[in-house]
Amino acid sequence: MDKISFNLSLLSYLIASLGYFVYLAYRRPLVATLAGWTVAFGLLCQTVTIGIRSSQTGHGPYTTSFEVALFLAWLMVVVYFLTEWKYKIKDLGAFVIPLVFIVLLFSAFLSKDAALVPESEEVRFWLTMHRTLSIMGYAAFSIAFAAGIMYLIQEHQVKTKKLGIMYFRMPSLEVLDDLNFKVIMIGFPLFTLGFMTGSIWNTQMNLPFFSWDLTRTLPLVLTWLIYCTVFFGRMMVGVRGKKAAQGAILGFITVIGTYFLHIL
Amino acid sequence: MISTEPNLVLVGVNHKTTPVEIREKLAFNQVKLEASLEQLVRCPEIAENIILSTCNRVEIYARVENTDQGIQLLKDFISDYHGIERGSLDQYFYSYTDTQAVEHLFRVSASLDSMILGEAQILGQVKDAYSTARSVSSTGLVLNQLFEKAFNVAKKVREETGISERGVSISSAAVELAKKIFEDLENHSVMLVGTGEMAELAAKHLISYGVKTVYVASRTYERAIALAQTLNGCALGFEAFKEELYRADIVITSTAAPNFIISKEMIEKAIHKRKNKPIFLIDIAVPRDIAPEVNDLENVYLYDIDDLQNVVNANMEERQKEAENAMEIIQEEVTKFNNWFSTLDAVPTIVEMRNRAEDMRLTEVDKTLKTLPHLSDADQQAIHQLTQSLVNKILHKPTINLKKKIQSLDGHVYLKAIRHLFHLDD
Repeated sequence: MDKISFNLSLLSYLIASLGYFVYLAYRRPLVATLAGWTVAFGLLCQTVTIGIRSSQTGHGPYTTSFEVALFLAWLMVVVYFLTEWKYKIKDLGAFVIPLVFIVLLFSAFLSKDAALVPESEEVRFWLTMHRTLSIMGYAAFSIAFAAGIMYLIQEHQVKTKKLGIMYFRMPSLEVLDDLNFKVIMIGFPLFTLGFMTGSIWNTQMNLPFFSWDLTRTLPLVLTWLIYCTVFFGRMMVGVRGKKAAQGAILGFITVIGTYFLHIL
Repeated sequence: MISTEPNLVLVGVNHKTTPVEIREKLAFNQVKLEASLEQLVRCPEIAENIILSTCNRVEIYARVENTDQGIQLLKDFISDYHGIERGSLDQYFYSYTDTQAVEHLFRVSASLDSMILGEAQILGQVKDAYSTARSVSSTGLVLNQLFEKAFNVAKKVREETGISERGVSISSAAVELAKKIFEDLENHSVMLVGTGEMAELAAKHLISYGVKTVYVASRTYERAIALAQTLNGCALGFEAFKEELYRADIVITSTAAPNFIISKEMIEKAIHKRKNKPIFLIDIAVPRDIAPEVNDLENVYLYDIDDLQNVVNANMEERQKEAENAMEIIQEEVTKFNNWFSTLDAVPTIVEMRNRAEDMRLTEVDKTLKTLPHLSDADQQAIHQLTQSLVNKILHKPTINLKKKIQSLDGHVYLKAIRHLFHLDD
């Protein structure tokens, strides 16, 4: 059952991605609407998958690499819907949903075995907090990543004075920049809290509060520094536009890299 | 008596076929339009008509008894009405019938036949022509349906193709760019450096899109004050503007200065003071006012008059491409309209209704005659005649009334009812 719902959600995101590409190229409002409903159906199926999985393992979807990817993809869609509802940028789907599809497709190849969770209530609490907050932060960053790419495409067109079809289809630089900032403004504190609760969880496991582990901690610190620069840079010295977009893209690439270093 | 077949004709001249000297003579005065429509619809050959008269076209759409006669009649009407000899006009007229007329109207309404492809005005003009015609009841079922459909098609074309979305004038291209940089222009400001006519026009365009704060700088301070007053803005001295540059989101320069008056350093300073908030520079002066390397700065977008002209040209080409997509939509809709159109023809229904009745009559008479073998041939003949005239009598009124009603606004309802009541579609 959870396999069926998993495959259905994967298929839905694939179809929706293609739909959004068609919309980007040929502007058929109906296609965008259908793609939106397909994503909603995919989200529903994925919710079922997560529900079944959680009832089987007895805890939330954040212990194994598979669960993390599953949960991240799910949250990305949720954040996407919230953004879409607030900003009405239909073209965003062409940049976010393929990403969701890739994350979910990747998760399909990971081990589906459940991991052991710590016995202690307290340790479990910090683990839950750490993973949930971090993944929420990553989901927000993924939208910033998509907005950043859209910003660079649009900025390039206006700057070089070569106004292609995308120029008319995509929103203004101001909107994309604003979206980029807003999602980082939400994502960065979540990610920071996730980082801190992770350290607390470490101490609960009788590990040091912070360690200079080359593959685990260091990339995380790097990620944190990038978003920190983008976040405070804007507030203090007005880092915006192209630099902010590049920062959001670089940050998310680091997030992906960190994830891979973790599961290696 | 008008036939039941909805013959649609269109006679007209437009900017492609006819020079303006002729077009202006053939235009229908809007004030007298109602009288003209009434005059036409009084002709026994014309059942419905609509006159569309704009500066680029004069067209009469009509439903007539006979298409060839109808076309001649409309051509005569146009030349007589304006007192111009018919022979001298024939080279300019075009005329279409039925499907072609439908397609033509759809193209006109969707602005595919306009001088500037995709311009928005024509749809309003077609709507006005239609509502004037309706107000004097010179339209009926067919033209009402046709024009309502044309409005839908125009809307669909507008929504589903990019035919109208790209600005094809310098100032609209500039406004579009401003909206792609700033989205909402309401909280943004514009600074005019130089008081050229084009700059004023562009500023007015921006103001119409919500720009509230306007600064005007000119070498002649009086001119700056005068223009600032018309634009409801504030005037700046020519040296002062350099210090105030950072206040403006959009700068339009149009001075007669022989050299660059805005350098890269000036903009660098301004952008720093603006904390990197983007700035859109429009240089419409020739020779140029702004050093081109300004465009290398981040968050600064500089367009000179040639850049804008290139955008306009590209947009025109793009509209041309979109016109092809629009034609696909129109073809689809023409087919749909034709399907509806064909249901309006009452004749096939009347024939079917009569055939159905005749079949029943024959079946019943044969049955009866078999039970009465003693009847002579003459008697049998009499029974046939009796039943025939009964059927004719019963069907006579429905036939006449259907032919009459089919012309009315809800004519197709009668047609549908007849087909349903007589089980003609089974």
